[in-house]
Amino acid sequence: MPPVTATLIWILVALVVIGLYLSWTAGRLDRLHARIDAARAALDAQLLRRASVAQELATSGVLDPAASIVLYEAAHAARQAVEEQREVAESELSQALRAVFAEAQQVDAVREAPGGEEAALELAEAVRRVPMARRFHNDAVRAARALRRHRKVRWFRLAGHAPFPMAFEMDDEPPAALTGRAA
Amino acid sequence: MRIGIVCPYSWDVPGGVQFHIRDLAEYFIRLGHEVSVLAPADDDTPLPPYVVSAGRAVPVPYNGSVARLNFGFLSAARVRRWLHEGAFDVIHIHEPTSPSLGLLTCWAAEGPIVATFHTSNPRSRAMIAAYAILQAALEKISARIAVSEYARRTLVEHLGGDAVVIPNGVDVDFFAGAEPNPEWQGDTIGFIGRIDEPRKGLPVLMKALPKILAARPRTRLLVAGRGDEKEAVESLPRELHARVEFLGMISDEDKARFLRSVDLYVAPNTGGESFGIILVEAMSAGAPVLASDLDAFAQVLDRGAAGELFPNEDADALAEAAVRLLEDPERRAKLREHGSAHVRRFDWSTVGADILSVYETVTAGAAAVAADDRTTGLRARFGLARD
Repeated sequence: MPPVTATLIWILVALVVIGLYLSWTAGRLDRLHARIDAARAALDAQLLRRASVAQELATSGVLDPAASIVLYEAAHAARQAVEEQREVAESELSQALRAVFAEAQQVDAVREAPGGEEAALELAEAVRRVPMARRFHNDAVRAARALRRHRKVRWFRLAGHAPFPMAFEMDDEPPAALTGRAA
Repeated sequence: MRIGIVCPYSWDVPGGVQFHIRDLAEYFIRLGHEVSVLAPADDDTPLPPYVVSAGRAVPVPYNGSVARLNFGFLSAARVRRWLHEGAFDVIHIHEPTSPSLGLLTCWAAEGPIVATFHTSNPRSRAMIAAYAILQAALEKISARIAVSEYARRTLVEHLGGDAVVIPNGVDVDFFAGAEPNPEWQGDTIGFIGRIDEPRKGLPVLMKALPKILAARPRTRLLVAGRGDEKEAVESLPRELHARVEFLGMISDEDKARFLRSVDLYVAPNTGGESFGIILVEAMSAGAPVLASDLDAFAQVLDRGAAGELFPNEDADALAEAAVRLLEDPERRAKLREHGSAHVRRFDWSTVGADILSVYETVTAGAAAVAADDRTTGLRARFGLARD
């Protein structure tokens, strides 16, 4: 076999190995993007659920008028916010919830109202799940960003046209009276 | 919901992670979910109906001691078959960084994966070397759970990313409802743990004992746990040997009665704890707790509000605090009261609901678990390359 052919074969083998490695990395990245999409969908669902329960409570007449207006306003703004305003609006809803349910008595009052037990439970669940969903989302974002910053991904444009993933930053501290546990 | 749980350690060997998984699986089954646990086990050990054996774990030297692990071709095939037959909505892997079933499952599965990090080991050399491989497998985990704020911190430092904190669960009512045993009552200090394992801190307690007995000569120390009893009391003056009683290994029922009976429970552990389930059990049973101020313990004890803390490995401080508590029934009653209210957050009803919330959050936007064929066959990889 002439030496040129051997060299060519080796170059070919090297190219195939590099190609396999890159395709494997692209597969990893693809999976990470799918994970971010799923996590983001879950986060949206939890945020929407929280806003709906808050709005229901605000219009139910269980709370005093001032608290109702504050809560309604915040829940409405969170639901209607455009993408760029979303983080701020959701943080404000967290603050409103903390202000309204600052005291355990307020939570007890809601529980005593007809159907209030369920509403309080739903709200407690929602304010617990929002931070969870957000943490999972941002964890996926971090993993994807770490991989996308890598040379091999940037040079070979393995990420394609997928937008650079952004973390969702907001104040999601739940009202202490509602969760009854340390965060 | 169809839930698959992966246990990395042998089902035959009792241990904290195994008990946690057993209680968790039984909690979900009571709620009407379908649960299957994949765990290493000898073929002849009797297993509960919900446990599937992944074969015998092989003892290999790992991380400075001999660990029993599952790996290799056969184990991977068993994991794959379990995933395929289970058709789970979510799988929950425990201790995914140990080179055993957890990591294999991470590698082989696709879909919503939840992982719980139990230990807060310092980063091992193998983990640094295998970081890239590990990262590719851990990337698949959609939700991470850490058992304490301390475990979460180590996780964030070593692997990056984030996790939610959900503590280990305890059946609070089982401990709260146990019948006290009069034999173990009356000026008694309790200790549960391996006698010959210095990390559990019995030597510190033994060093403090003469001082405690000097102030309160009627005190008795009750020790429950495996180990060499003679060696344990060696450091003690001969006339004090009678004040220490060894109960050996005790059953779950006796453990609950033990904790119901003692006047003070002491946890002098010197390190390596990431949670401290025994403290929660002691508080559930209404035992006033005095523990070393490890990060994990301080957190379980609500920064000292639900139980007293003493500086780690300081026998004098331990003795001083123990005497003070034994002489102050009012303070102990207060600790009991605070402890009983505090442990509610560790009850399975709370912990299980939280874990279920995590499952529901990750399954909300995703398809079910499947064996991940994409990264296995070469053909599949070529197929992907053509895309």
